Amino acid sequence: MNSRFLIVPTLVAGLQAAAGADITGTVTLSGTPPPNPTADTSSAPACSAVHPDAFVLPIYAVGANHELKDVVVYLKGVTGKSTGASAPPLILDQKGCEYIPYVTAVQTGQKIMVRNSDPATVPMHNVDVTPTVEGNKPFNKAQMTGASDIEASFSVAENFIRFKCDVHPWMFSYVTVIDSPYFAVSDKDGHFKISNVPPGKYTVEALHRKAGKVDKEVEVKDADVKLDFTVEVPAAK
Amino acid sequence: MARPVNSPWLNRFALLTAMATLALIALGGLVTSHEAGMAVPDWPNSYNYNIFLFPISKWVGGVLYEHTHRLLATVVGTLVVALTRWSCGRNACKPLIVTGLLELMAGFGLLHFYPAFSGAGYFLSGIGGVVLLAGMIWFRNQPASPPMQRLAWLAFALVQIQGLLGGLRVVLHNDSIGIFHAALAQSFFVLLCAIALGTSSWWMNLPSAIAPITDDHRVRQLLLVATFLIFGQLVLGATMRHQHAGLAIPDFPLAYHKIWPPMDADSVTLYNQQRVDAADANPITAFQIGLQMAHRLMALLIFCSVVLCAWYTRRYLGARHVLAKFSLAWTGLIFLQIMLGAVTIWTNKAADIATAHVVVGALSLANGALLTIVSFRVLISPRVAVQTPTTSAPLPVLSGQPATRTK
Repeated sequence: MNSRFLIVPTLVAGLQAAAGADITGTVTLSGTPPPNPTADTSSAPACSAVHPDAFVLPIYAVGANHELKDVVVYLKGVTGKSTGASAPPLILDQKGCEYIPYVTAVQTGQKIMVRNSDPATVPMHNVDVTPTVEGNKPFNKAQMTGASDIEASFSVAENFIRFKCDVHPWMFSYVTVIDSPYFAVSDKDGHFKISNVPPGKYTVEALHRKAGKVDKEVEVKDADVKLDFTVEVPAAK
Repeated sequence: MARPVNSPWLNRFALLTAMATLALIALGGLVTSHEAGMAVPDWPNSYNYNIFLFPISKWVGGVLYEHTHRLLATVVGTLVVALTRWSCGRNACKPLIVTGLLELMAGFGLLHFYPAFSGAGYFLSGIGGVVLLAGMIWFRNQPASPPMQRLAWLAFALVQIQGLLGGLRVVLHNDSIGIFHAALAQSFFVLLCAIALGTSSWWMNLPSAIAPITDDHRVRQLLLVATFLIFGQLVLGATMRHQHAGLAIPDFPLAYHKIWPPMDADSVTLYNQQRVDAADANPITAFQIGLQMAHRLMALLIFCSVVLCAWYTRRYLGARHVLAKFSLAWTGLIFLQIMLGAVTIWTNKAADIATAHVVVGALSLANGALLTIVSFRVLISPRVAVQTPTTSAPLPVLSGQPATRTK
């Protein structure tokens, strides 16, 4: 292959990298959240077998040092920048009678492939999706064991669209749809990284499904930015 | 033409149909209590299986409740078609055949021309087949009284509308239809109880067993109002259930530790932050908190009205009067219902308790409705009594039997 054809894309990639910086940080939780509930899987023996111990739902997934998982961090107010149509699809897997991942985010127009990886002992799931913003369509589809993936995508930004299995009523997943590629979801250590953010002033929002949200202002130049968030759970009155 | 008669076997069959309907309401309560209304995404099939051929091995989790609810619904539908045929005698054959044929044609038409409505198409053709069969069965029997025939036809129409609503709630993913489905279920149960009452020998012998009394104290109106209050309460309850938001207020008798809970945006945000449950219900709103407070206040109002009914009937009709006895039983039912409501909250909406709350609600409504019907049979309006002081007023006739009056 002519080396000139390789030089051009490399240059473009280099310029793109130079044009953006990363916003990284950690999300922690302050306050004492209510204890996470335990799923009652007795109505589906095959699921009980997968979870012989108590199956605790990760609604507040908090680490030893208060690191908070499953927080969507994104550039607030940045819209119309979605590259979802060309982005790789997100796999939402039903495995061991739970959705993996529990919380995630996609761009508008990005494909979501809902998979059923459970064995035949778990005969079926149904994929019950209930967006609430106009323009995003709800649906409810059966998915037997071994069936092909169910494809979904959403055209309007919306926080935490619920994917639910009504056969196994403890199975949930939440997908936040953002109209740009500038977002991340915090991992088990509370870390997040928003890549290739163009220079500019932004409001960055950290959004947890239960605990709520925190906004911070940031200016991105050519260097990476470190930005930590603390989400607070007030004590019950 | 055969003389209308309410046979004891028809009465037993009506009673059986009413009991099956109560069981169906209970299963419906289990469906919503387990948040399993959408566990079977297709209709009238179940996971692409014919409803009657769906393997038992797949009746797991939420599917168990939703699928058995559908199966029992087909049983109730068939019972009501049979009840219509039985109540109306041979006169029912022609209308049943015509209705069955029309439903079959409509069903096949939908399947052929509007595949998007295939669910409704299968439903109509299925029930059309049952109706057609009921019309074609040669079975000679005497028809019931004309009012019972009319009520049977009403039940025949309602059961089909109810089935259609249940299916549309699933395929259209529409909670509002679910609320209507629940409210209609309660009304339908009352209708079947009324048929069971109207076909009973007790009802037919009532005028000769109980001397008519002038209703000087508006007992009938009081019973009617209390019954309508209960119906309104059941609609409120159905609305709460179909919000899928779990318990909007988690404590009782206080609400968020107060007599009246704060419902401003900050407070509602805080409530949602503190709510974690395995069913991961929808976030609550101020409207839903207000709805539950209205439900509590309405419960208090109903209790007071039913106690008043019991007191009135006892005082003005005597403790041994049938209305007094059943009003007392009604008070017991309402008390039990309030206790079940409280336990529903204290157990964080345990499915069996919440379902019992639905069932006792249905029984309370039916009890009130039947009491009201009986009151209109054994009590005479003062205005009518004044107009006919010597012979007294003609008794209302629900059974079609000539009423006899005791001195």
